[in-house]
Amino acid sequence: MALKPAQKALGPIRRSFAPWLDPSAVPLIRFENVTKRFGDFVAVDDISLDIHQREFFALLGPSGCGKTTLMRMLAGFEEPTSGRVTLGGKDLAGMPPYRRPVNMMFQSYALFPHMSVEQNVAFGLKQDGLPKTEIAERVTEMLKLVKLESFASRKPHQLSGGQRQRVALARAVAKRPKVLLLDEPLGALDKKLREETQFELMDLQMELGLTFLIVTHDQEEAMTVADRIAVMNHGKLVQVATPGDIYEQPNSRYVADFIGDINILEAKVAGAGPAGLSLAVKDPAAPITVAAPEARPADGAEVAFAIRPEKMRIAIEPPPADAVNVLKGEVWDIAYFGDWTKFLVKLEGSDTIMRVSRANATRTESAPIAWDDKVHVWFAPDAGVLLTA
Amino acid sequence: MADPKAPGANPLGRWAVIGTPYLWLLVFFLAPFFIVLKISLSDTTIAQPPYEPLLDLSLGWQGVVDWWSGLDFENYWLLTEDELYWFSYVSSLRIAAISTVLMLLIGYPMAYAMAKAPKGIRPALVMAVILPFWTSLLIRVYAWIGILSPEGLLNAFLLKIGLISEPLYIMNTETAVFIGIVYSYLPFMVLPLYASLEKLDHTLLEAASDLGSPPWKSFWQITVPLSLPGVVAGCFLVFIPAVGEFVIPDLLGGSETLMIGKTLYNEFFSNRDWPVSSAIAVLLLLVLVVPIALYQNVQSREVEAKK
Repeated sequence: MALKPAQKALGPIRRSFAPWLDPSAVPLIRFENVTKRFGDFVAVDDISLDIHQREFFALLGPSGCGKTTLMRMLAGFEEPTSGRVTLGGKDLAGMPPYRRPVNMMFQSYALFPHMSVEQNVAFGLKQDGLPKTEIAERVTEMLKLVKLESFASRKPHQLSGGQRQRVALARAVAKRPKVLLLDEPLGALDKKLREETQFELMDLQMELGLTFLIVTHDQEEAMTVADRIAVMNHGKLVQVATPGDIYEQPNSRYVADFIGDINILEAKVAGAGPAGLSLAVKDPAAPITVAAPEARPADGAEVAFAIRPEKMRIAIEPPPADAVNVLKGEVWDIAYFGDWTKFLVKLEGSDTIMRVSRANATRTESAPIAWDDKVHVWFAPDAGVLLTA
Repeated sequence: MADPKAPGANPLGRWAVIGTPYLWLLVFFLAPFFIVLKISLSDTTIAQPPYEPLLDLSLGWQGVVDWWSGLDFENYWLLTEDELYWFSYVSSLRIAAISTVLMLLIGYPMAYAMAKAPKGIRPALVMAVILPFWTSLLIRVYAWIGILSPEGLLNAFLLKIGLISEPLYIMNTETAVFIGIVYSYLPFMVLPLYASLEKLDHTLLEAASDLGSPPWKSFWQITVPLSLPGVVAGCFLVFIPAVGEFVIPDLLGGSETLMIGKTLYNEFFSNRDWPVSSAIAVLLLLVLVVPIALYQNVQSREVEAKK
């Protein structure tokens, strides 16, 4: 049914795509200083954001962060309190949803229960008054795209969750909108189906050449499908970057903590070190050396050092002599995931737990690390990031 | 293995619970119906009770045979021969049908407005619809006499503002019957409509709008089809009792308003013809079985679709 990650590649090779780096590129969607208030509550707080044609863009954040409101302003269900939204250079203010060249796939799918699959998919085309033969052709094409040809005459309540999701998708893309909005599109699916569908969505986006804007609270989903991610919190954009940059170069404690697993150590800048900058970690009190960032914080500045579990090494025996940052500790807990194992290490002289993961590259180990083992944890100076925000 | 101590394991208790409604229906519906059916097959006579034959069990088996042979369909033949009854049935169905359409036209916007009202005030609106039931139907219909009669409130008002110079004769006409039926049965139309409109998922309308359908088109394409179960329920709920309505045509209608309930009343109380009035009642039931069966059919399909 679905294209699995490890199957044969059927579509074209995914090219690197970065129009946001090109200063001459004209964005398709522009949010300009958009604010939305509901009474006293500020749902969206002065956001400016450009989204380019053919981009797969994700709005990521916890519930209530304003991501859905931002999307609904593009769909036309909400009007900005101030600021403006433009699409292809045209101001959308005052344009009702049924006139906007934008279609949405709803979180609940919102399939019309009294219509068959076919009629659901045809609904948008019918509103445009297309000739019947053309509608029928387009519906067949869409159902083929989502592999539901044999379900055309079924009613939504006769379908499984995954099938409904695909009908909703077919209905939303049938009109070939300039932008497809996806509101938590995969939330109701189980994990396996969700992963398959993520890849299907990416294929579909490539095939149709549409611009996709997805709203999700699932960081893994955003990382998988999106070209760029906007991380939101309290109605503001915290960081807008590619999945790789969001993961490796988070600009704040919030983003670092929200995306993936990370260890954050509060520290003070001690001065220049042997390989960059020397930090004095507070708990446990230990010196570490990190690569100096472009904007070097002043000595004595309060910073945070953030390092991902997989960027560290762990062993019972001492590390090689040239290892820079070495911390000692005790294995507090072990989580085995099959492809990798995560160790929770309680650092010596502190209650701080470091999360260290290790790929299980071999099937057997001569001396496996067990609970209560004394271990060494070490990492290179450039393995982590320095956070000032 | 069933645990003998488990609740529900006591067969007597279970049968008592399941059997009670059936017993109720048997005693208070089926038995009276057969009595009426029996009387409708009897002949009228001046006696107490005013029909014969009567089952005389003191004669033994011969009594049963005599009684059985005395029953016939004579009264039903009479109903087909006398035009009065035919006109009464047709007129009842016509008045009930027109009233139902009027109630749908008035009730749908009402229910729609209630369903679109802010959540907080909806219970109050439902209460307002039910509130008239706190007063007896009879009193409310009498109140309409006070409004509609030539020297009533409506005419006084219209004369006062100078819209009319002569009082309108609404009282004792078919119009008054329509007003009375629509007024009395409207809640039974509004409540099922409200129930189906209120649970309508608002995101469906957003989805329709998103796909290019302006609000008035969404109303016809989404709201109306999805509220059809409420429309069907409401129509049957008002049509069925309206056909057999007696109080309203009796109090508000004139002599030219024929309704089967009134005819039945006259046969029973004025003519003291129990067998013919029983035949009218049985035939009315047969006439109404068709819409009732249709209604049941729609309801069960509803339940089926929800599974």
